[in-house]
Amino acid sequence: MKTKQLFAGLALMTIGLGPAQANYTLNLMEGVTSISRDVYGLHMLVLWVCVFIGVAVFGTMFYSIYFHRKSRGYKASNFHESTKVEILWTIIPTVILIVLAIPATKVMLEMNDTKDSEMSIKVTGWQWKWEYEYLDSGIRFFSSLDEASNKARQLNSGIDPRTVPNYLLEVDKPLVVPVNTKIRFLFTAADVIHSWWVPQLGWKKDTIPGYINESWTSVDKAGTYRGQCTELCGRDHGFMPIVVIAMEKPDYEAWVAKQQGIAVENAAAAEKDWSQEDLIAKGESVYANNCASCHMADGAGLAGTFPSITGSSVVTGDINAQVELMLKGKGMMPAFGQMLDPVDFAAVSTFIRNGLGNSVGDSIQPTAIKSLQAAIPAVKYDDDDE
Amino acid sequence: MSAVVAEHEHDDHHDHGPEKGLLRWIITTNHKDIGTLYLLFALAMFFVGGTMALIIRAELFEPGMQFVSPQFFNSMTTMHALVMVFGAVMPGFVGFANWQIPLMIGAPDMALPRMNNMSFWLLVAGILMLASTLFMEGGAPASGWTLYPPLVLQTGAAFPFAIFSVHLLGISSIMGAINIIATILNMRAPKMTLMKMPLFVWTWLITAFLLIAIMPVFAGAVTMLLTDRFFDTSFFDAAGGGDPVLYQHIFWFFGHPEVYVMILPTFGIASTIIPVFARKPLFGYSSMVYATAAIAFLSFIVWAHHMFTVGMPIAGELYFMYATMLIAIPTGVKVFNWTATMWQGSMTFETPMLFSIAFVVLFTMGGFTGLMMSLAPVDFQYHDTYFIVAHFHYTLVPASIFILMAGGYFWLPKWTGNMYDERLAKFHFWLSVISVNILFFPQHFLGLAGMPRRIPDYAVQFTDWNMVSSIGAFIFGFSQLLFLYIVIKTIRGGTGEKVTDEVWEDAHKHGLEWTLPSPVPYHTFATPPEKIPTEHF
Repeated sequence: MKTKQLFAGLALMTIGLGPAQANYTLNLMEGVTSISRDVYGLHMLVLWVCVFIGVAVFGTMFYSIYFHRKSRGYKASNFHESTKVEILWTIIPTVILIVLAIPATKVMLEMNDTKDSEMSIKVTGWQWKWEYEYLDSGIRFFSSLDEASNKARQLNSGIDPRTVPNYLLEVDKPLVVPVNTKIRFLFTAADVIHSWWVPQLGWKKDTIPGYINESWTSVDKAGTYRGQCTELCGRDHGFMPIVVIAMEKPDYEAWVAKQQGIAVENAAAAEKDWSQEDLIAKGESVYANNCASCHMADGAGLAGTFPSITGSSVVTGDINAQVELMLKGKGMMPAFGQMLDPVDFAAVSTFIRNGLGNSVGDSIQPTAIKSLQAAIPAVKYDDDDE
Repeated sequence: MSAVVAEHEHDDHHDHGPEKGLLRWIITTNHKDIGTLYLLFALAMFFVGGTMALIIRAELFEPGMQFVSPQFFNSMTTMHALVMVFGAVMPGFVGFANWQIPLMIGAPDMALPRMNNMSFWLLVAGILMLASTLFMEGGAPASGWTLYPPLVLQTGAAFPFAIFSVHLLGISSIMGAINIIATILNMRAPKMTLMKMPLFVWTWLITAFLLIAIMPVFAGAVTMLLTDRFFDTSFFDAAGGGDPVLYQHIFWFFGHPEVYVMILPTFGIASTIIPVFARKPLFGYSSMVYATAAIAFLSFIVWAHHMFTVGMPIAGELYFMYATMLIAIPTGVKVFNWTATMWQGSMTFETPMLFSIAFVVLFTMGGFTGLMMSLAPVDFQYHDTYFIVAHFHYTLVPASIFILMAGGYFWLPKWTGNMYDERLAKFHFWLSVISVNILFFPQHFLGLAGMPRRIPDYAVQFTDWNMVSSIGAFIFGFSQLLFLYIVIKTIRGGTGEKVTDEVWEDAHKHGLEWTLPSPVPYHTFATPPEKIPTEHF
């Protein structure tokens, strides 16, 4: 299988064949927004300009390489200056550049025009997940690498990535948007710089702590579009995909209603009393999604970088102190108070005290988490533009 | 030959021959020895950095993590870049500068020989300190060679060591640059006016000014990082009122001219080699000088094109887009001039010429992708993808590195008096030029298809081109051992054929160095040469 691919690749290289196979993508995607099509057009324009100049220059060069060889007995002439020619090949490129700059400026202005948007989504980059907040409907959730990819991507996992659907390009909760709607995106980051890119939308934008960046899109075809973080953001930079599902408007509204229902249920769940077993059971998956990439799946940590959870003095000590540390974060550990809802928080706090080789025996309720959370001033970025 | 110091003229003080043994190389102040040290060090670092690149390409051969952890992968990309930039390419050109500038301008040595020695050993100290971070708790820096905060502040124990190593490398570069400027401005043969200097000397003069202007900027930026981490300042920390984007502006104010530090001397060497093998004067000498100066000037005012996606105001984006597009003009002039130099020449294709022609063609391709990404709206798609990786590797590997090879083949017979093995050298050329394209060309496709840079693992649809690229990488990497073999063989006697003073047919018309005996004596031009070659003017 691999050898076949290898030979196919080499064969394609040598024959110079075009896009015979989907896997041998050769060009930019045209995308599903007007901006992305403009960008594609510009890309093709400048590509053809380059090809044209290349053929002219390399053609001339290879003509002289072939015909003006000493081995053919060609005698060198002695010219070494021509003001006329040198001025000419300064002016022609200038004209070409002006021809390119005009449409590029037009697209640039269009890209920056976020006026008259119909809805706004705030995107926050975290190490290593995306947070989406729909500023109009109040929906807010985190989106991270799906479990199947996450398992397969571990060092020597033994799982062939080719068997995982959309390996590294699948998330647990995709961003859902309506089609034909001008959506304004606001970008910021909680820890380090990330960059949000879905190729088929036609642009990318950095998410920077302390900054609010803006961009907009209007998808005109329902479908699923995938992308990835493109700014080096640490160890798991390669593992924070983006999935955008564009829906017809009625479907989108149904989705919004459903999400709001879930939010109500979650709020209710945060009020009720949970049994220790339920918390531990739920906590295990929360741990796998949020903690395992640093503290390792078995809680052993990584010597010198990430402390071990098994037998940790924090975890076996006072539960309130432990929860406070998790809420606020410390050093490289992010403030999970902003990332997890009270139920998940209570679940994972209880799980690490009673799993991963620990057996402290106590537990904490979501309601207790809520009161601890309220006592800590949350870092809040201004949602307003500028 | 009057230009060579005869022993008896100097009996009155001490013997001017080299020290014997290891001490010769440690305490030497002779420009030729220091040039040799720089070149050998650069060659060694080329293999160290190359090995790191092969670790990267091995991990990327197929999807899934097979050999290294993501953190170590990031360390490798960071160290590969730092070692190649500061350990291989820059010292390589400084080596040529040390060897050739005094020979080309008819000077007996560099202007400040003791400082010359010190700048070399500071370089070694800096690189050793950088390499030591690989063995520290938490690993080597893993934030890319750009060292962007806040990510870089997450580096472990290696953090201050990486920064001090940058300081040492910076001091070394600045000292080298001061030396080069002082030499060129003060020690030229009497009749060599500025506009009669060989282009290699011109490009290094301009490069040296770039270095003096930018290295302190980089040193300042990393020092600010240091105080942010250890002394509670908040230059780049938004929570303390600082600005992470400020770092990027400062870094790229250094970083963009830095890419020209790595390419301007390349232009100089190509402009030296091509006329010799075309048997014609260089076309448009003065426009070459002006174009080089124009590129250097423009390099200072376009830095933010590395950061179109950080969210600059539209006016800033447009300004940096227009300014960047302008670079295509002087660069185009240079390529057209090289083409015109070959036009109606009487060309032969010895290895230095082959590498130079490959440089012109492949560097131009890197220039084309550069033009493509100068258009800001399209750059939103290219930025931080493999398209960028392909672009700058085309300008650095088949351009800077190829020209370093070309220069090696071109001057090695002059330096050693021995001819290299032409047949093996041509084999080395063809292996390199074919594999470098198998290595980097598919990366354009990967970038356009949507593969981000610096990811240790990728989605399945990127598999095929990554495999092709990795195969190219291994062929390219191992072919360079052939270069090592050829160099060693040449130093130890080469083909046995002794070369003439000119080495290449009629080379004395093109430069002063070819009027000296081969091998070049330890001391040269004790009395400045009377006549300078006039072929170019």
